[in-house]
Amino acid sequence: MNALARRRYSKSAPLLLVFALLAALTVIGVVASPSQAEVATASSDDIAAGEKLFAANCASCHGLDGQGQDGVAPSLVGVGAAAVDFQVGTGRMPMQASGPQAQAKKPQFAQEQINQLAAWVASLGAGPAVPTAEMVDPALGDAANGMQLFRTNCAMCHGSVGGGGALTQGKFAPNLWETTPTHIYEAMLVGPQSMPVFNDANITPEHKRDIIAYLKAQDDGSPGGLRLGTIGPVAEGLWGWLIALGIIIASTVWIGARSS
Amino acid sequence: MSTTDQSPGMASDTFEDPGVPTHHRPRLADNDPKAAKRAERQVAALFGISALGTVLAIWAYFTQDIDAADVATIRQANLLIGLGICLAMMGIGLGAIHWAKTLMRDHEMVEERHAMRSSDETRAAAIQDLKDGAADSGIGVGRRGLLKGSLITALAIAPLSLLVPQIGSMGAPWNVDQFRHTMWRAGMRLTRDPDGSPIKAADVTIGSVFHVIPDGLYEESHPLEEKAKAVVLLIRLDPRDLNIRPGRETWSFDGIVAYSKICTHVGCPVALYEQQTHHLLCPCHQSTFDVANGCKVVFGPAKRPLPQLPIAVDDEGYIIAQRDFEEPIGPSYWDRLKGTPFTEEGGE
Amino acid sequence: MASTVGRAVGATASYVDDRTSIAGFVKFFSRKLFPDHWSFMLGEVALYSFIILLLSGVFLTAYFVPSVTPVIYEGDFVTMKGVEMSEAFASTLHTSFEVPGGLLMRQIHHWSALLFTAAIVTHMCRVFFTGAFRKPREINWLVGFTLMILSLAAGFTGYSLPDDVLSGNGLRIIDGVTRSIPIIGTYTSYWLFGGEFPGEALIPRLFTAHILLVPGLILGLIALHLFLVFLHKHTQYPGGGRTHRNVVGLPLFPVYTAKAGGFFFVVFGVVALVSAVFTINPVWNYGPYDPSPVSAGTQPDWYILFIDGGLRMMPGWIGSLPSEWVIGGYTLSWNVLVPAVIVPGIFFGFLALYPWLEAWATGDRGEKHVLDRPRNAPVRTSIGVALVTFYVILVLEGSNDIVANLFHMSLNDLTNFFRVSVFLLPILSFLVTRRICYGLQRKDRELVLHGHETGRIVRHEHGEYIEVHQPLTDQEVWLRVSFDDIAPLEIDPEYNERGVRRRGHRWSRFKQGLSSFYFEKRVSPVTPAEREEAMHSHH
Repeated sequence: MNALARRRYSKSAPLLLVFALLAALTVIGVVASPSQAEVATASSDDIAAGEKLFAANCASCHGLDGQGQDGVAPSLVGVGAAAVDFQVGTGRMPMQASGPQAQAKKPQFAQEQINQLAAWVASLGAGPAVPTAEMVDPALGDAANGMQLFRTNCAMCHGSVGGGGALTQGKFAPNLWETTPTHIYEAMLVGPQSMPVFNDANITPEHKRDIIAYLKAQDDGSPGGLRLGTIGPVAEGLWGWLIALGIIIASTVWIGARSS
Repeated sequence: MSTTDQSPGMASDTFEDPGVPTHHRPRLADNDPKAAKRAERQVAALFGISALGTVLAIWAYFTQDIDAADVATIRQANLLIGLGICLAMMGIGLGAIHWAKTLMRDHEMVEERHAMRSSDETRAAAIQDLKDGAADSGIGVGRRGLLKGSLITALAIAPLSLLVPQIGSMGAPWNVDQFRHTMWRAGMRLTRDPDGSPIKAADVTIGSVFHVIPDGLYEESHPLEEKAKAVVLLIRLDPRDLNIRPGRETWSFDGIVAYSKICTHVGCPVALYEQQTHHLLCPCHQSTFDVANGCKVVFGPAKRPLPQLPIAVDDEGYIIAQRDFEEPIGPSYWDRLKGTPFTEEGGE
Repeated sequence: MASTVGRAVGATASYVDDRTSIAGFVKFFSRKLFPDHWSFMLGEVALYSFIILLLSGVFLTAYFVPSVTPVIYEGDFVTMKGVEMSEAFASTLHTSFEVPGGLLMRQIHHWSALLFTAAIVTHMCRVFFTGAFRKPREINWLVGFTLMILSLAAGFTGYSLPDDVLSGNGLRIIDGVTRSIPIIGTYTSYWLFGGEFPGEALIPRLFTAHILLVPGLILGLIALHLFLVFLHKHTQYPGGGRTHRNVVGLPLFPVYTAKAGGFFFVVFGVVALVSAVFTINPVWNYGPYDPSPVSAGTQPDWYILFIDGGLRMMPGWIGSLPSEWVIGGYTLSWNVLVPAVIVPGIFFGFLALYPWLEAWATGDRGEKHVLDRPRNAPVRTSIGVALVTFYVILVLEGSNDIVANLFHMSLNDLTNFFRVSVFLLPILSFLVTRRICYGLQRKDRELVLHGHETGRIVRHEHGEYIEVHQPLTDQEVWLRVSFDDIAPLEIDPEYNERGVRRRGHRWSRFKQGLSSFYFEKRVSPVTPAEREEAMHSHH
């Protein structure tokens, strides 16, 4: 065990240093220049177009100025472009029917319109920006580190490989296999609905990319064959009874039956 | 009682056993030599398939190289070797059964049973043998009481000479007081799980949850055992949502609270935090704790709230523990409230 | 050629018999008769799965390292590269990803473990519902029961060996349950783990239990189980010529050698097929054990699921009444004890002792070699269905998060539903099953008395329409009338004629109560006189 301690110690020291540096940089970045990425890309035309779209599609719940209404819809001031891109881009907003939680569905807007909406909401107050393509590129992430982070921070709700799972009172953590890397990143950043927030100080942007790499590694499937939904021993038990024992009992009936 | 072992006198009361059906419907292969030949060929074909399956399994074993970096290669090798074994086995099985069903005897035979009970003579003889033996040894009824008593005593306690060391050593050093305390100490920083970096209060924004281990965990001599007790969830709520229990006003910091991650039911990590309802759910047995109200149980099998770790912020802005938990963490046990008392700094 | 082989075989047989007098055994076994029925092969499925477990297990022991010494994973599997893990976990990954055929053997081993337990349970159900546990087989029922418990132990010890997060959390639950036991629980946990959870002792200890202790016991008990089957000869279903004093069937050699022997290969083939196609226990998804993480869908293998279901179901607070008490400073956790210790204890205790319970109720001392059709033992069948219902509800509650997620339901609602139905549904299923059994028995009476409906309508001369009934053959009648018609026990009065209280009266009263519970309401088989009369009244 001492060997473990030493190894851990020597491994974590440089990591710690890098991490502290990154955390400091992130804090400085956030404080010094809010939503820098958007400012660079969002033109005033986009913002104006976004305002119109918002007034037509979102304002009935969130209010014309995005301040929200108590008990109906939250204020959008300061949620940032990332929140809009996630909620509208995954089809969760506009919400169709009230239920335990807003469900993902086919997006109601083209990506360009979503960008315009995001630009307008971002202009209401500083908030997290949409990540760049490089920030969410699974090829640049470390899937093994992603595994360690995922199981500590995510697997309790989304399952060990992101297959999804149940929460209380009919809510659920969705399956993540079809979710785009950008939306995964944004969800961590903004903590939509029941999901807690994993800001950049908690899970750094690099670590978020590691998590995305881990999830994308699941696309390769399981080395053992079909995965049975990756929901664990319950599915295995059910298949064991139905398929294995089922075929075998069918064959006992054949063995016991008289030949013609 | 049973109609099947009827006595002749009861014949009028009960139906008569018609006996084993005598008419026998012949199978195709019983009368038709062609059908018999066909069945034979089918059986032989099945055995042939088995041999081919064996060849397939061995071929796949030698040709299907597996590479841990490429999941598909493992899956393919698994599939092909598995199918080979499946055919190898299934061919023999189906062939043998088909053979038995089509070509072997299918007239039932009758065999008499004999009662399990031994005959009275055998029983008497057995008892006599035992009596003779007892007489030979001189330990008949009412004789040599001392000898019998001492033998029984010796036999009864002799296993203890093996069991006591066995049980005693497996549980050494029996220091169950370890269950009561964790490694948290006054001033110890809360750090991220698993990389061990410290956490500033400013990092924990509202709605955030941090999975926390104590600083210096990996330098402990038994890090896993310490981690199993010391893991903590660090959560920040809007201070307006937080109902602080009387006497714990100084345990949290501006809406940041720290609770043991180990369920008070049977000890699973309670890890599902729902940001909107402030509920913590244990995925094992679904105990639900309300973080906004001192982690008291709102649903499920747990009875006690999760223990709270009193926290503060040091001069550099990092979150630290004020002391150890004030009660044993994790599941209940018989003597949980006994043992060495908790001190102010935490620990013994 | 053939004669050469024949001579060689003869010479070998003679050589062996000269030294062992084996001819007697061969003569005794080879023409032993076995009745033919598909349900008699369920026990064989269990036996064959066990053989497959031994074969694949030997393969796995060649690579598995039962140690929690930490190592860094050096292999190429992308989500595990450079991760620190125990040697146990690393060697499991090595077996899966680097040993050709290793993953297949792991999957064969695990699938056959699930099949082993499932087959034992199915076999037990067959024995229970047909009354095959009755005299003289009570002891063998107990042997089989012990095998069932041992199969759970074998499964659980094996499931925990790879030292992954899923099974590690399972062990942690075992630790929590152990600690809940009053007085000795704390120390038992410390003893089991050789210190605090998780410790370094457990994996090696589990390994020894899994590959030596438990399978050794299972092998010994299987030998005893089969010896008793041979001694008692197999039971048979009712039918013409089948009595409590004979056995009607086909000989072990050659028919059952081919059928049962071939069946082993079929079972192996099915297990191989399932293992080739379906992943089982993908430990690389869960990762090496660490006490902090946990994943959604944290459940044990199916055979332990009922305990998990009980643990989920039992509330920590029943209204304002806590289910954990502190008495004199000592803690008593009913919320763990009841579902994980007391209820399973009662459930299994009842199962183990059931043959004696029924023997007290029937008061029948005879040997029973002809099986009951389940309908002809309505109360037993209903008790069985109630037990199965109870068990299934616990299993479903143990899977409630999966069910909730699959059908978009609330797991809280499901739990509340199961909390009620675990009491109601077994009673309801008891009543419904008994009603169905009586109905089937009356149907049998109807058939014996009036024959099959032919659908042919005939008009009598005086204008009456009747349907022609086809009388049953002797064999068909015999199947429906040849069951034990047991009347409730009658006992002597509490005081004898001289006014002295009889000894053991209370015990007799208990047996009488039990007996009337079983046989108060019953449908008796048709007597020849009744049939005669019914036949005549028709024409």
